[in-house]
Amino acid sequence: MDFDALISGLDRHTLDGITRGSIYALVALGYTMVYGVMKLINFAHSEVFMVGTWTVLGVYTVLGVSAGAGLGMVIAATLLALVGAMIASAGTALAVERIAYRPLRKKGAPPLIFLITGIGCSMVLVELFGQVFEVFFGPPFGRVTVNIPSVLETKELFTIPGIDLTITNTRVIIIVGAVLMMLALDTFVNKSRLGRGVRAVAQDPDTASLMGVNQNRVIMLVFVLGGAMAGVAALLYTIQYDITKFDIGFIIGLKAFTAAVLGGIGNLRGALVGGLLLGIAEVYASTVWSSEWANVTAFVVLVVILMFRPTGLLGESLGKARA
Amino acid sequence: MSQILDTYRGLKLRDRMAAAPAWVRKVGLLLVIAFAFYLPFLNILPFAYVRTDLTSRGSDWASVLFLVVVYMIVAVGLNVVIGFAGLLDLGYVGFYALGAYSIALFGSPSSPVVEALQSRFGLSETWAVPFAACIPIAIAMSLIAGVILGAPTLRLRGDYLAIVTLGFGEIIRITARNLDNVTNGATGITNVPTPPGPEIDGRSFFNTVDAERWYWLALTILIIIIWLAFRLEHSRVGRAWLAIREDEDAAAIMGVAAFKFKLWAFAIGASVGGLAGLLFGSKQQYVEPNAFMVNLSFLFVAMVVIGGSGNIYGVLLGAFLLTYLPERFREFQEWRPFAFGVALVVVMIMRPQGLVPSRRRAREFEDRKVEAEEAAADA
Repeated sequence: MDFDALISGLDRHTLDGITRGSIYALVALGYTMVYGVMKLINFAHSEVFMVGTWTVLGVYTVLGVSAGAGLGMVIAATLLALVGAMIASAGTALAVERIAYRPLRKKGAPPLIFLITGIGCSMVLVELFGQVFEVFFGPPFGRVTVNIPSVLETKELFTIPGIDLTITNTRVIIIVGAVLMMLALDTFVNKSRLGRGVRAVAQDPDTASLMGVNQNRVIMLVFVLGGAMAGVAALLYTIQYDITKFDIGFIIGLKAFTAAVLGGIGNLRGALVGGLLLGIAEVYASTVWSSEWANVTAFVVLVVILMFRPTGLLGESLGKARA
Repeated sequence: MSQILDTYRGLKLRDRMAAAPAWVRKVGLLLVIAFAFYLPFLNILPFAYVRTDLTSRGSDWASVLFLVVVYMIVAVGLNVVIGFAGLLDLGYVGFYALGAYSIALFGSPSSPVVEALQSRFGLSETWAVPFAACIPIAIAMSLIAGVILGAPTLRLRGDYLAIVTLGFGEIIRITARNLDNVTNGATGITNVPTPPGPEIDGRSFFNTVDAERWYWLALTILIIIIWLAFRLEHSRVGRAWLAIREDEDAAAIMGVAAFKFKLWAFAIGASVGGLAGLLFGSKQQYVEPNAFMVNLSFLFVAMVVIGGSGNIYGVLLGAFLLTYLPERFREFQEWRPFAFGVALVVVMIMRPQGLVPSRRRAREFEDRKVEAEEAAADA
């Protein structure tokens, strides 16, 4: 146990944690919204994120950009990658809903069956990138870690005087980007007409359909929104870590789910709080013990939260949000 | 004779079995068991095509049978949790790993735990906890783990339970990999003991070559466990599980201590998982953390759900299909996870109740389907 390392680098570790946490928070939104509306853990959501990271790689490859491109090209490529990842992830999420969940909803199958088809979809998506595409298209697909060109190079922006903390452009983009997307989503759900439909179905599906809300459309909308957020998270992830792999989704998905539960599943602002807290807790834990235990931290946090405050820090409230 | 046969026509297999005289059923059961014990030597064409060692790349037939039976034990144990009590446990591999690690840590003379005991009590270097004593240790360890995990989480909603147990399975594996001074970390533990037995041809009875003996051992345990599971299903505890599964609130009002019985299901399932892990570790004679990846948990759940949760024959079929088919078609090894994922989705959408559902479960599904259709018609 190394508390000195934690204390001496507290500012740096906190910043690391917030960066990590922003990505968790964005992925957590997908879990939280689907759960809020359908009372269902979308097991394939982690793979929706994974598809996003591959799309970023695809966009960069098609554009032929690599590290050290001109400023205009960097901005264009990043924005295109953002749009591409959002579309691809939202499309994947929608496809999962259509193929794996809708037929079961019609049959009124118990929740356990939804989880199983979700796991099945998740395996299919993982294997598409790890095996099927490799056979048909060859590299970069396959069971190896793939580097993504760091189109957006890391540059030091400024140093906070006094505590000597260097802020880089990528961190600003990740944190600000994540918070902006969450604000946009929060506004959409709380202010727009479609968002009102989402809240209505979350609150009481039967009454909502009596009031003329099309439940199927709301569910599709929720999958699209959650998928798009996962796409944003995918771009931010590639900016920070410059890699992707066929199975990166699993661990991130589990952490994001933990973040969603930590903040209160079904609660959009809870996802942000939960994500940031989990990110920070994880970085602290891996400094004090070792990085191998970082994954255990998430589960321990999850169990403790569920034991003492099963509704999460901010409570479960997608439906209870004010009208 | 024809008179007896006539009454059977038009009946389903299960009704036919139920309608047969007791002695026919007993003889039939004995024949099935005898055939199961004979399977490793099955060599008559065309039946021999079921063997997995027909090509040089195939895997040893008796070893495959052993694995099938170990997974059948797992499936019967997990069926108590998922099928009887209706709790989704995605961390069953954790209990399986605990069983394997129990026998490795206490039974192997070269494990850090046994070495510590040796030096503490001045025992010889070849000393280790005897195999027979490892069995209760393994069962107790997984049972205690089941209670520790279940006590705080079984009060939660079902889908939370799924994620917490998933986390538990991962914690067990990560802990086994990182606790170098207890579990040897990623290196694993060698010299895991095998059951005692007479020496034949200068080799111990349970060795790495004659896998059919392992198969017979596992089969015997499986038969005992199936018998116990049937007894449980029709006991007072089994009825309590059924009531909880169908409507927990109603069951609680009728005086069923829901939490207590759920914990029982969890603990019983866990100890069976531990026993299966013990068999696996003992046959391998080597235990390492990477043998217990989270995918194995999904495989276990898939066996139960695809076979037909709640029905012991169904989960046996599920375990057989999901273990045997990938081994029989090893040429497509790389495609196995993909095929597995597709099969999960397709089977669950076509037959959410499983391939061979229990009648009661099938009717529960039918009810829900009618309700869903009525709700859709209303909307």
